Amino acid sequence: MAERVGVYICHCGSNIAGKVDVEDVSQWAGEELDNVVISRDYEFMCSSLGQELIEDDIKNEGLTRVVVGACSPHLHERTFRKACSNAGLNPYLCQMASLREQVSWVTEDEALATAKSKAMISGAVERVQLHEELEPTEVPVNPHSLVVGGGIAGIQTALELANSGNPVILVEREPSIGGHMAQFDKTFPTLDCSACILTPNMSDVSSHPNITLLSYSEVEEVTGFVGNFHVRIRKKARYVIEEDCTGCGICIEKCPKSVIDEVFEAGIGYRKSIYRPFPQAVPKYPVLDAETCIYFEKGTCKACEKFCPTNAIDFEQKDTFIDIDVGNIILATGYDTFDSRKIPQYGYGRLANVFTSLEFERLCNAAGPTNGHIVLRDGVTTPKSVAIIHCVGSRDTRFNAHCSAVCCMSALKFGHLVIEKTGAEVHSFYTDMRPSFKDYEEFYNRLLEEGMHFTRGRVAEVTEAALQPGEEGKLIIQVEDTLIGRQRRIPVDMVILMTALEPKPDAREVGLKFGISCSMAGWFTERHPKLDPVATMTDGIFIAGACQGPKDIPASVSQGAAAAARVLGMIMKGAVEIEPIVATIHEERCSGCRICNTLCPFNAIDYLEDKMVSVINQALCKGCGTCVAACPAQAITGAHYSNEQIFAEIEGLLFDVVQGNGAKPVVEEPEAVPA
Amino acid sequence: MADERFEPKIIAFLCNWCSYRAADLAGTARIKYEPNIRMLRVMCSGRVDPSFVLKAFALGADGVMIAGCHPGECHYLEQNYKTMRRFSMLKHTLQAMGMEDDRVRLQWASAAEGVLLAGAINEMIEQVRALGPLDWPKNWSENGNIEEAIEQLVEEHAEAMEVPV
Repeated sequence: MAERVGVYICHCGSNIAGKVDVEDVSQWAGEELDNVVISRDYEFMCSSLGQELIEDDIKNEGLTRVVVGACSPHLHERTFRKACSNAGLNPYLCQMASLREQVSWVTEDEALATAKSKAMISGAVERVQLHEELEPTEVPVNPHSLVVGGGIAGIQTALELANSGNPVILVEREPSIGGHMAQFDKTFPTLDCSACILTPNMSDVSSHPNITLLSYSEVEEVTGFVGNFHVRIRKKARYVIEEDCTGCGICIEKCPKSVIDEVFEAGIGYRKSIYRPFPQAVPKYPVLDAETCIYFEKGTCKACEKFCPTNAIDFEQKDTFIDIDVGNIILATGYDTFDSRKIPQYGYGRLANVFTSLEFERLCNAAGPTNGHIVLRDGVTTPKSVAIIHCVGSRDTRFNAHCSAVCCMSALKFGHLVIEKTGAEVHSFYTDMRPSFKDYEEFYNRLLEEGMHFTRGRVAEVTEAALQPGEEGKLIIQVEDTLIGRQRRIPVDMVILMTALEPKPDAREVGLKFGISCSMAGWFTERHPKLDPVATMTDGIFIAGACQGPKDIPASVSQGAAAAARVLGMIMKGAVEIEPIVATIHEERCSGCRICNTLCPFNAIDYLEDKMVSVINQALCKGCGTCVAACPAQAITGAHYSNEQIFAEIEGLLFDVVQGNGAKPVVEEPEAVPA
Repeated sequence: MADERFEPKIIAFLCNWCSYRAADLAGTARIKYEPNIRMLRVMCSGRVDPSFVLKAFALGADGVMIAGCHPGECHYLEQNYKTMRRFSMLKHTLQAMGMEDDRVRLQWASAAEGVLLAGAINEMIEQVRALGPLDWPKNWSENGNIEEAIEQLVEEHAEAMEVPV
């Protein structure tokens, strides 16, 4: 029986109708295309009236297939599928043609746009007739969630979920949670003490009955799918038995080996070989760093073991693996800072008194290596003048095209702290001042009043080569003041580089592990940049905080909470629908060659030794169709993307060529070729 | 009408996650490109069976583009690497049939690269326009003895059929 196809061409106001002759396309489809019984054009197909049009036609005219020529299916495919199912038609019997994104918005010539629209409608009409009814499968959602990364975004997510009564596993790579926020001294624009507002949340995490904290651990492997992920976590050996350790810290005190702390103290302070990054670390258990430990190097020492009152030191400890099952995963893996050595003219690493912003945070911090005294690299001299250079590695196409979003405000905060603590002159060298959120502009005004100097211009060089009187022994900032159009030389004692926020160096690798993608720069890609900023293209995997792009603390917290809300929605619903777009192997055609087995990155294809055929586990299949294309016996079909459907679409798209050159008989009648 | 400009027909297979979204973005950003391209959505460039490309040519397309996520950015982890391998095999086969290299193109485009995709489309259309019509179906239907034609092709393109080492 021939299908009864309904074609609907959307005007989208003037978005489509302004370029494409929609009435002509609609009329043409109704007259020229086989099996099209109704063809209409309507101002806004996505409106409830537009959807009712489809629903009524299905009910009254007995449509068995629906084609909507409108916007991209990424926007409204769901809308029209729902309209179909409202009227009792299987939602997968609907096909969209992207007349807006692929025709009207990108084509100059009206006649050509109309012609292209016809081809696209023809392709959709040919294809939709071969569509099959599909039913999404429902799978239960495991209420356990995994949060990866224990910075402020991850902490927020974990607490929101745990407070709602759901179990959370929080995995942190470093020995303690807290992330970058734990390193900061003050937060802008309120000048709250960073640790004072962060540590209560950290201890909430450690004491929460619904949170399992795995610090000094990394996710090793993720398998499964939304609602049902299986995760293997590597718990790195910390050489401390957590069950026995009381966190008294005697081991740290007695350890004879001090090493530079490159992570928490940003390289300007020391820690012991057995250490806690900072006093309020959560969990309280120290970590023994085997790479610098005297015992691991020389075979003797064991001071920590000798003095430990509970015998909690274990030099034989090995990495262990923990397997967990979770329903959803939230990645809050954070950011890294730009390596300032890549801009040699700023002298970082060569000129002693050039500091990075992270180093300065530690310098300012009362719990830091100088107890909060702002001093030069010699450890004693208080600077009389300080230069703050903005956009180091940001807004610079050689390194990062993006704006790092937080540096203008951090620079203002630094300016305030320097003025408050030392009374020094502070010069800011900015590209554009961007204090763009609540109370930020007011903070900028406050710094103007406090006497911070602002020079608009990119610094060319930081040098110690004195040319003029007064420059001896100073660092000289060579800069063009673009507001007065003049070169200036400003001698200072200390320079702070506002280093760019960059994606973690292993972001791409981590993304692959969880099956999500990164931007070219390495930030995780959200499902929609405006309307779906915490979900990803992979169902059940969410992102929060700076791993998605540079952002400050309030924005990270908001995203963390938003991700938790999305996960809670899934948990409360209890079940999730899985797209039925999967591949199936027809046993009777399978020769058991196993070519497909190795092609599947999700290990969805198993080989049955007894039957000597391969089978696809449809719960694991993500529907890419690579195996379908590879099967030499065409024993695999890809639902909704079958060979026949795609061939039909190609034929429809080329309808004008097919009709024009007499080719149709040659390809349509293989039986005409003599045997 | 001899000097009328040749308007090639190009079929493009776009993966759902990167390149189709790049096309969406080209639209949203109102980046103009020539209308000679007609796009199909597949879930992954790895779904593109070489026979799809042959089918498009057999039905009268003058060029075929396959577009996918950048290597390392595949939504299905690594399936675009399989596309890449398959593409070089396909290209080799098409060379053996005497087809010009520029009639097929593998294009990587991330969801953020609408401009890049539009540029690649225009470039390909220009290249195929310069090559002129392929007219595959016509050639086959005009040549009554298909087997003889295949023999002839083998002789004509013996060099191209040598498997590269």
